[in-house]
Amino acid sequence: MTLETLIQQLMNGISLGSLYALIAIGYTMVYGILRLINFAHSDIFMVGAYFAFFLVAIFRLPWGVSAILAIILTALVGMIVDRAAYRPVRNAPRISALITAVGVSFFLENLGLVTVGARPKAFQRPDIMARVIPIGPAAVSGVSIWVPILSLALLALLLFIVYRTKVGMAMRSVSTDIETTRLMGVDVDRVISYTFAIGSALAAAGGIMWACKYPQINPLMGIYPGWKAFTAAVVGGIGNITGAMLGGFLIGLVEIMTVAVLPGLSGYRDGIIFTLLLVFLLLRPTGILGEPLKEKV
Amino acid sequence: MERRRLHLVLTLALIAVLFLALWWANTHLGEFPLRVARTGAIYVVAAVAYNLVNGITGQFSLGPNGFMALGGYTTALLVLPLQQKQFVWFLEPLMWPFNSFSFPGYLFGLAVLLGGVMGALGALLVGIPSFRLRGDYLAIATFGFGEIIFVLANNLIPLTNGPLGMKGIPEYANVYWCFGAAIVATLVVSNIANSSYGRAMKAIRDDEIAAEAMGVNVFRTKMLAFVTSGFFGGVAGGLLVSLITTISPTLFTFGMTFNLLIIIVLGGLGSITGSVITGFGFALMSELLRVVEAPINIGPIHIPGVPGMRMVVFSVLLILLMIFYRRGLFGQFELSWDWVLSVLRVTRGVRECKRERKTESS
Repeated sequence: MTLETLIQQLMNGISLGSLYALIAIGYTMVYGILRLINFAHSDIFMVGAYFAFFLVAIFRLPWGVSAILAIILTALVGMIVDRAAYRPVRNAPRISALITAVGVSFFLENLGLVTVGARPKAFQRPDIMARVIPIGPAAVSGVSIWVPILSLALLALLLFIVYRTKVGMAMRSVSTDIETTRLMGVDVDRVISYTFAIGSALAAAGGIMWACKYPQINPLMGIYPGWKAFTAAVVGGIGNITGAMLGGFLIGLVEIMTVAVLPGLSGYRDGIIFTLLLVFLLLRPTGILGEPLKEKV
Repeated sequence: MERRRLHLVLTLALIAVLFLALWWANTHLGEFPLRVARTGAIYVVAAVAYNLVNGITGQFSLGPNGFMALGGYTTALLVLPLQQKQFVWFLEPLMWPFNSFSFPGYLFGLAVLLGGVMGALGALLVGIPSFRLRGDYLAIATFGFGEIIFVLANNLIPLTNGPLGMKGIPEYANVYWCFGAAIVATLVVSNIANSSYGRAMKAIRDDEIAAEAMGVNVFRTKMLAFVTSGFFGGVAGGLLVSLITTISPTLFTFGMTFNLLIIIVLGGLGSITGSVITGFGFALMSELLRVVEAPINIGPIHIPGVPGMRMVVFSVLLILLMIFYRRGLFGQFELSWDWVLSVLRVTRGVRECKRERKTESS
């Protein structure tokens, strides 16, 4: 491999990894608080991309405005999903909540298929993303530069919210112990709602940037990125925000590098990630940064 | 002991009556109703086994599509006639040893059985890493497993013929095979559920820590449920590919698991009776609901058909069931001979016994 392709592939892997990191945050925050695998998160990601697509293509809004609007709308969708589907089953057995999540995921996918159709749509990306930028000997596309930068900015914002604001403090408190937090006078349902909003907003940002990177969108586009991001959350240590970021970058780099080093395996790239998941479950189930879960009796 | 023997006789009699009915149906009914009935029976095999894991042991698996794919490919490779094999693998030759033999029709049962064994091995492989942990890791691991199988089926062309799949699989899966498998699966699963293993499984579902404290070997009990379910998943897959005579990777996507999830949730998580009835009901419903997708004309009003609407309806149904009707149609009710006989007033049921005891004491 030449230095040129190495740089290109590394940038490619980092940008893919930063997208996984953005999506993984939503999984890991909801899991940390509710112990719920939010299967619908991957479809929230898809919804975000579609909002941006429609705002740009139909309402002809400028790019930055439609991206921000799409993120806000998707955050609302996330809150609605929580309010309508997850809150009613919050005190039900765990398996009921998981089945509800699968139902919501399937609902969003099929609603997408019915309303916008299964045919992929071409996503208009802004020029800044499409431009080719030279780095040393390599020519790297704008997407590979901007996606990691924007993602890191969003992740920094997230860390600020979680560790430096009152809402963030409430979130951390809820994830430690819901009942005690409630006794301290925190409106737990509202905090959970904000958690869904933040996770969905990050997923929407991920979805829009994903559509810039792979400019074709369809209602099932969320499934694979979603599951790989979940794998990233598990690999990083589920419930741990920094772990999810690390896991995301790791998964992105592993995926791109296996294909770059061994092109013969390109058909197996999804299989490799899921095998990695099984291996991690077998050898280090708490992930890279996760602490062993203490079971409360 | 007396009662147990009576139940055995009654069960055998019921099976005999059922097969007589099947024989009548086979000769008198048309192709379409028989096809729906066979599909229903295959759903029952897979759903009853799936319910053993999700409903009775309370572990959330998303794996049946992977196990069905394993069973389906195994059976298809074994029974596909040699001539057809040469015809199907035109890009790359089929790998040894499958290119040198093919099971004749009377060995179809063995082929399905081997499909089941492959499903059970797959379950063993996923179960070991997942069940060492407590929590929802099974859902993730089984989903990942299903995707790995999908990727392998698409890429291992010398074994699976890739995305093209196989066609011309002989249609050995007649009503007797399908219903026979459904009966065996139901009997095996309900016997497990009523045994001491079954009670251990239910204890794990209700409180895993308490069960462990009571001396239940949690890992082994979960594995037993999961491997049994993998076996019958494989059997169902083998029957299904023989029923529809083709196989391709897209046959066993997550949609298959979703269908089974609807079946066991609607029937009642943990109710084998429910899974059997809704298994057949689902096969019928998915035919009837085709109406939703067809264009409808009511007088002058024209409602265009929306393809894919069925799955929207099913997913909304699943969410509503979970929110408002969590117990499903049958809750944890099981149809048993005791119940039937007491309803028919042949023997004194539990209720009468209680009443008598009350009058005696007063």
